[in-house]
Amino acid sequence: MRVTMRIRRFNPEKDQKPYWADYTLDQVEPNDRVLELLHRVKWEQDGTLSFRRSCAHGVCGSDGMRINGVNRLACKVLVNALDSGDHVKIQIEPMLGLHVIKDLIVDMEPFFEHYRSVMPYFVNDDPLPEDGRERLQSPANRAQFDDTTKCILCACCTTSCPSFWANGDYVGPAAIVQAHRFIYDSRDNAAAERLKVLREPDGVWRCRTIFNCTSACPREIEVTRAIAEVKAAMRRGVKHPDPE
Amino acid sequence: MQTHQYEAVIIGAGGAGLMAALYASRHVKTAVISKLYPTRSHTGTAQGGIGAALGNLEEDRPEWHAFDTVKGGDYLSDQDAALVLAEEAVSAVIELEHLGLPFDRTSEGRISQRRFGGHTSGFGGSPVRRACHAADRTGHMILQTLYQQCIKNDVMFFDEYHVIDLIRSGDTVVGVVAININDGKLHVFHSKAVLFATGGWGKVWEITSNAHTLTGDGNAITYRRGVPMQDMEFFQFHPTGIYKMGILITEGVRGEGGVLINDRGERFMERYAPSIKDLASRDVVSRAIYLELEAGRGIKGRRYVHLDVTPETVNRYLAEAGEDRRIDAEYIETRLPDILDFCRTYLGVDPVKEPMPVQPTAHYGMGGIPTDLDGRAVIDGSRTPLPGLYAAGECACVSVHGANRLGTNSLTDLIVFGRRSGKHMAEYCQGADFVPLPDNPAGEVEAELQRICTASGSRKPYEIRAEMQQIMMKHVGVFRTASGMQEALDTVRRLQEQFKTDLVIDDRGQRFNTDLLEAWELGCLLDIAEVTAASALARQESRGAHSRDDFPKRDDEKWMVHTLAYPTDDGGIRLDHNKPVDMSLAEKDERFKAKERVY
Repeated sequence: MRVTMRIRRFNPEKDQKPYWADYTLDQVEPNDRVLELLHRVKWEQDGTLSFRRSCAHGVCGSDGMRINGVNRLACKVLVNALDSGDHVKIQIEPMLGLHVIKDLIVDMEPFFEHYRSVMPYFVNDDPLPEDGRERLQSPANRAQFDDTTKCILCACCTTSCPSFWANGDYVGPAAIVQAHRFIYDSRDNAAAERLKVLREPDGVWRCRTIFNCTSACPREIEVTRAIAEVKAAMRRGVKHPDPE
Repeated sequence: MQTHQYEAVIIGAGGAGLMAALYASRHVKTAVISKLYPTRSHTGTAQGGIGAALGNLEEDRPEWHAFDTVKGGDYLSDQDAALVLAEEAVSAVIELEHLGLPFDRTSEGRISQRRFGGHTSGFGGSPVRRACHAADRTGHMILQTLYQQCIKNDVMFFDEYHVIDLIRSGDTVVGVVAININDGKLHVFHSKAVLFATGGWGKVWEITSNAHTLTGDGNAITYRRGVPMQDMEFFQFHPTGIYKMGILITEGVRGEGGVLINDRGERFMERYAPSIKDLASRDVVSRAIYLELEAGRGIKGRRYVHLDVTPETVNRYLAEAGEDRRIDAEYIETRLPDILDFCRTYLGVDPVKEPMPVQPTAHYGMGGIPTDLDGRAVIDGSRTPLPGLYAAGECACVSVHGANRLGTNSLTDLIVFGRRSGKHMAEYCQGADFVPLPDNPAGEVEAELQRICTASGSRKPYEIRAEMQQIMMKHVGVFRTASGMQEALDTVRRLQEQFKTDLVIDDRGQRFNTDLLEAWELGCLLDIAEVTAASALARQESRGAHSRDDFPKRDDEKWMVHTLAYPTDDGGIRLDHNKPVDMSLAEKDERFKAKERVY
């Protein structure tokens, strides 16, 4: 099939402002990944096109971008999931809400700054088990935060959130997902400090339960649910709830 | 040009680099430089588990793990290293748990373990549960946990800085040159010690499980500065990559009971490895699949076989084996969620209901920068260290994996030897002074970047890369012959010449010039492909992942030695075979002596 890629281009070294450029590719297979098409444009037609990518199968989180108006990983969207027919048109632009460095590449620093602000690391200064072995954790306790361990920090959720677009100081769904992963880990002791950060005006209450984050997550994390659970922990206090 | 000074500089932020950074940064001023954001590193794609003889579900011992590693390596593993790996694996996994890693749990709340290829109890007996896992994203959890701890400990990161040269001063390593990808400016990092932890080079081959960024930078950079590459002929083809795409399907699928089936519906591994069948080591299973395909028994005559983990099939074989265990769809959903997601996304195949189409995929380099047990790079057959240079993880060759790595041992390697390297590096830096930088330390590589940027030839990097990948897949893959390898070597050398004299790229700007950096990476891949083909051609035997039609037998009389490849002044390669395999376990225990390898 034939595909026309309509790509938002911008190189501040030479462009006054962003513009759309069209690239037509032939002999596209329906199960080609969008990332493969971007590579074909870059390799066969215009080497100046710039985007991030690495693993190419939805695990490393490098190639988040807006594809036909929604945030996706380019390596996890097949052409046949977008459209069918002899001539498919695909529109690609950088994620919204972050400064564009070049073409599809955005400045990830503000995103990682929010990430770092919620203490996204395990804290437990209690003495280690005397037998020198692992801390124990029941399968049920482990299951409480399983969903949020899947996050790959691709920023698809945060940059699809209208609250984040409106106010870049909002920590955003990805940071809250990271906080959830530790708040609900029965081995961790720093939930109170994380909740203190998230109680601030730019914390969890800026979430308006719009669910864009959940739809955008390429790892199928129930992001909005995780945010609600963090809100619940805030109301309830830091004590770990018993799993059902 | 900006010059930074750090006592220890670590290149690469995957499992090995981050583990080393955690240890080194406690004692000396440390910087981690990575061409990617750390969480993009390929450690994150490791699936099935990390091997350690915890014995949480059944009896297990480190010496059994060491034995399996040596046997899996087809007796080319250095046995002192295999023992260190197996013994320190236990404390390494416990340390990861203490750092917060969310392992799956047994009903007693301990770290859960599953079976994996080549891991057995009692020196080669029945399969043992040794792979400690967090669903089928163990590598993701390791990468995230280590990065989180680095943030907690304020480790200094230079993200999206691409290291492109090693700076030597006489016999010492004094730093590296990196390009800040964002603005194209060069930076010199002046240091007392440099650790390479840059991962693999699977992009040398056409079908690979490896990321686009796995281009062997660290190996090429050090090689160009006189450090040998060791055992490069041994590159592992993982038996189960998704057909045509190469995406990895974890061996954990077979660990949970999945089986390989050919077009006739036969579980063909019963013929190739009667004892542990589908859980034989990877080189054995990849060869078996290849032979089935050659015999026309691929599914519908095509170049793939089926990997079947449907409860119906698994339970049938469990019953046949007299096991009580049975599985259902929900079990597979919780144990292998990412695998299901890959197959549903990319193939429209639901592994709970139907088999997955798989073929061998280029996966892991057993060779690399030769090191000792503390990660110090060694540069000759008598294991002489090069002061200030370290390597760990896939880019290094300790050698624990010998001629073929066992599943789960790569993650163990990262943590065990990343930790040892970080510790040793800190001690070394505390006792060493900064050696002055040479004049114009970035001059050479700056000229090379300039050359690529302004080249006006006719060949685009992707054309050269594709040609290299195809010829290497065809002739330096699962099975090899002298004529095929020679053809591959000749082709790669012709492509190297084109790279030097007939290249062209489009992007001549400074900002995020990935066109330029991809071209530079291609230069690394070509150097590695050349050394791989030359090393393979010279080794006249079959061992582990190096399997020759013209020399089908292992030759222990002549080839119980590592290959060392050096660059020569006239642009060629010199190969030495004067570094014997460490056999220290065999000296004390008969069971570790080289013998025929049967599974």
